Amino acid sequence: MPLPAIQESYSGRVNELTIGGGARKKTVTVGGAKTIPYGGDRAATGRRPVIAIDVLDSPPQDWPAVLADAYGGVLADPAAWAKKAVDEFGGDLVCLKFDGLHPDKGNLGADHAVAVTQKVIGAVGVPLILWGSGNDEKDNAVMPKVSQAAKGERVLLGTVTQDNYKSLTATALADQHLLIAQAPLDINIAKQVNILVSDMGFPLESLVMFQTTGTLGYGMEYAYSIQERERLAALGGDRLMALPVICDVGYESWRAKEAKASASEAPQWGDGAKRGPLWEATTAVALLQSGVDIVRMRHPAAVAIVREYINSLWGSD
Amino acid sequence: MALSGLEIFKLLPKTNCKKCGQPTCLAFAMALAQKKVSLEQCPDASPQAREALAAAAAPPMRLVSFGLGDAAAKTGQETVLFRHDEKFHSPTVVAATLPDDLPAAAAAARAKAIQALAFERVGQKMPVQAVAVLNRSGDAGRFAATAQLAKDTCKAVILVTQSPDAAKAALAHVKDAKPLLCGATDANAAAMAAIAKDAKCPLVAIAPDAEALAALTEKLKAAGCEDLVLCLETLDRWAEMRGLTLMRQLALKKNFRPLGYPVIAFAADGTPEAQVARASALIAKYAGIVVVDTIEPWALLPLLTVRQNIYTDPQKPVQVEPKLYAVGEAGADSPLMFTTNFSLTYYTVEGDVEASRVPSWILCVDTEGTSVLTAYSGDKLNEKIVAKAMKTANVETVVKHRKLIIPGYVAVMSGKLEEETGWEILVGPRESSIIPRYLKEVWAGQK
Ligand code: B12
Ligand code: SF4
Repeated sequence: MPLPAIQESYSGRVNELTIGGGARKKTVTVGGAKTIPYGGDRAATGRRPVIAIDVLDSPPQDWPAVLADAYGGVLADPAAWAKKAVDEFGGDLVCLKFDGLHPDKGNLGADHAVAVTQKVIGAVGVPLILWGSGNDEKDNAVMPKVSQAAKGERVLLGTVTQDNYKSLTATALADQHLLIAQAPLDINIAKQVNILVSDMGFPLESLVMFQTTGTLGYGMEYAYSIQERERLAALGGDRLMALPVICDVGYESWRAKEAKASASEAPQWGDGAKRGPLWEATTAVALLQSGVDIVRMRHPAAVAIVREYINSLWGSD
Repeated sequence: MALSGLEIFKLLPKTNCKKCGQPTCLAFAMALAQKKVSLEQCPDASPQAREALAAAAAPPMRLVSFGLGDAAAKTGQETVLFRHDEKFHSPTVVAATLPDDLPAAAAAARAKAIQALAFERVGQKMPVQAVAVLNRSGDAGRFAATAQLAKDTCKAVILVTQSPDAAKAALAHVKDAKPLLCGATDANAAAMAAIAKDAKCPLVAIAPDAEALAALTEKLKAAGCEDLVLCLETLDRWAEMRGLTLMRQLALKKNFRPLGYPVIAFAADGTPEAQVARASALIAKYAGIVVVDTIEPWALLPLLTVRQNIYTDPQKPVQVEPKLYAVGEAGADSPLMFTTNFSLTYYTVEGDVEASRVPSWILCVDTEGTSVLTAYSGDKLNEKIVAKAMKTANVETVVKHRKLIIPGYVAVMSGKLEEETGWEILVGPRESSIIPRYLKEVWAGQK
């Protein structure tokens, strides 16, 4: 039976953006959606989503055993960790997260951060995300040096917020990196950050949006709907919303008690070693339905599940 | 889709007889379009006009229910493509499989395990609602026996077979439980439609793409089956998601009746992890029923939580009643603390207080269902609101001491709150998981 025609053309499209350059053996291109998820053929939906695996600059303090054990002995060695994340676990990118700079988590300095950056650059060929500690003062002091150390590599540098964007934007501009603009589950604030950053001469086409992320059971649906609304605005022609989107799935998921609790702590929830990674993977897959382009992840088993899911739709790469 | 005044006018007798109380038929039609009057008020309206109006008023996607009593499952009647546009109405029915080729003992054990499967999160029950009986044996007798087993779980039953004989045999046992019959294909349509109609149970239409499905539902409808569910049978995962999205668009935006039914999807092959990943996507993108093969709690908990999240009303956070709650045998010397009435916040705190095994009072403050920091920054949580909640709950008569533990994240409000209430304010930890340690170490030291 013939079906009525559905008017499926949108006036806007999401920017395509290529991460990686310089000594990178690979680049990763994200974005490009011309329609909603499954609103057309694969090509119209843009590039396939990619997975960035987290590497911390200093050994994680509070990771549950299920997560830490998956990495064996490399957690104190960011270079070995990054290599494992790419060679064994198949990360499309590595996200180097500088937790150790935070005054509450080690208060490490610029020398440390630069040294770690150089080591990780040398260890892997995939493009990098370099993500600050979240402490404005410390990040403003240190991240420009990290950016310089990665000059030429065209990394994705994060994050700039409504209240703290000048120093990182200037650095990213000088070193020709890409930037992550952050907003707290709020479309208007997201727009505002994008305007502030582009007013400094930084091209919108080099920005990725980050709306903070809620994990499954802890606000996932807020991130989901905000991202869906932003994507619809982008397709409707709003240039300020036409940016690829990143979610921080790994960190958020492993804070949930459903991910962390062992089977003896929560017998009614079954095997903890299986449940934790699946909590992370399910969060990622659910968020992908809102049109997300990059997911930051932690557990290799979770990465494998999401990889299999992505391949089942887009074909293996 | 509602008819316009002019469209309604064309259906009326156009005699302007005024029996309806309106000056003209046109005036009546306009009033009817605005739902100010009902068609009953025109005594001369033709049966055709009544039918056309009823059809136009029907929802663009049919509501289909199966199972009876406590086991009743409902799906369909969705109105939007994006949950933020309104909300999704009928939470996806999650079903677990019960194949009919298992040895008797294994089948019984599996049925029992499925029956016991249920979780609770933030005060809401999250059950697996249905059992999908699979006719893997190809044998009608075994299928019927397994259907009986499924019915005994007290969940809604889905009979998955394309064999009219097997369907008939199973329905002879479980017809009174109103199972969903899955289903009819182009090949068996006539036989299956007759069986479903006879048993008065809803029927799934199975076809490889949207065009074929639309043709099949028309055929089934002509055969007298109104309660239909769509099933897109394709191995191409992209085509499946694309098809589900397209069918939802056609049903809601084009009011295309042949596809105006809910959808069932099977994510029942591969590892439990792969099934849950795929089923999660299907829940978000328009499956009204999803069938998985796994019955592992570690796999179903995340899946059912996806359903809970996606189907939460975006305009109305899940809330608990704001009042004073006792955890354990709380008495006059027990600690008193406050939190917000956002379900997630309240139940997280309650769980941790319970884990401490220190009997306590939790004063649940009305913050319109928002979290501690969201409420505080939105001015839905301040010293006046807390003081009022304390008064309403009569906490002065409940505890002898005059100490109130507050969430660590709102430590800044302690000064004003102390002034407002005259109570001593103790700043608790930020993360509620630290509450057990806090109660054992800090609170215990207070006395
Ligand atoms: C989801 C969310 C929203 C949702 C609302 C969700 C809801 N129903 O509350 C929406 C999108 C609507 C929203 C709106 C706003 N939000 Co908001 N939101 C969040 C987010 C992402 C998660 C909140 C959440 O659900 N937390 C989980 C619950 C369980 O946490 P909780 O209630 O704090 O409870 C924990 C503890 O406090 C503790 N606890 C609770 N009770 C008690 C009691 C005792 C005795 C003890 C000891 C401990 C304790 O235990 C719990 C578990 O550890 C947070 C950021 C984040 N990741 O935390 C921002 C956040 C809370 N929002 C923020 C803001 C500013 C807002 C807005 C004002 C503006 C905006 N930018 O959106 C509006 C206000 C809306 C209004 N007018 O009411 C800020 C608050 C800033 C601040 N530090 O004050 C945050 C922190 C984001 C940020 N970093 O900027 N938000
Ligand atoms: S009663 Fe019916 S026919 Fe008579 S005026 Fe009203 S609408 Fe027209």
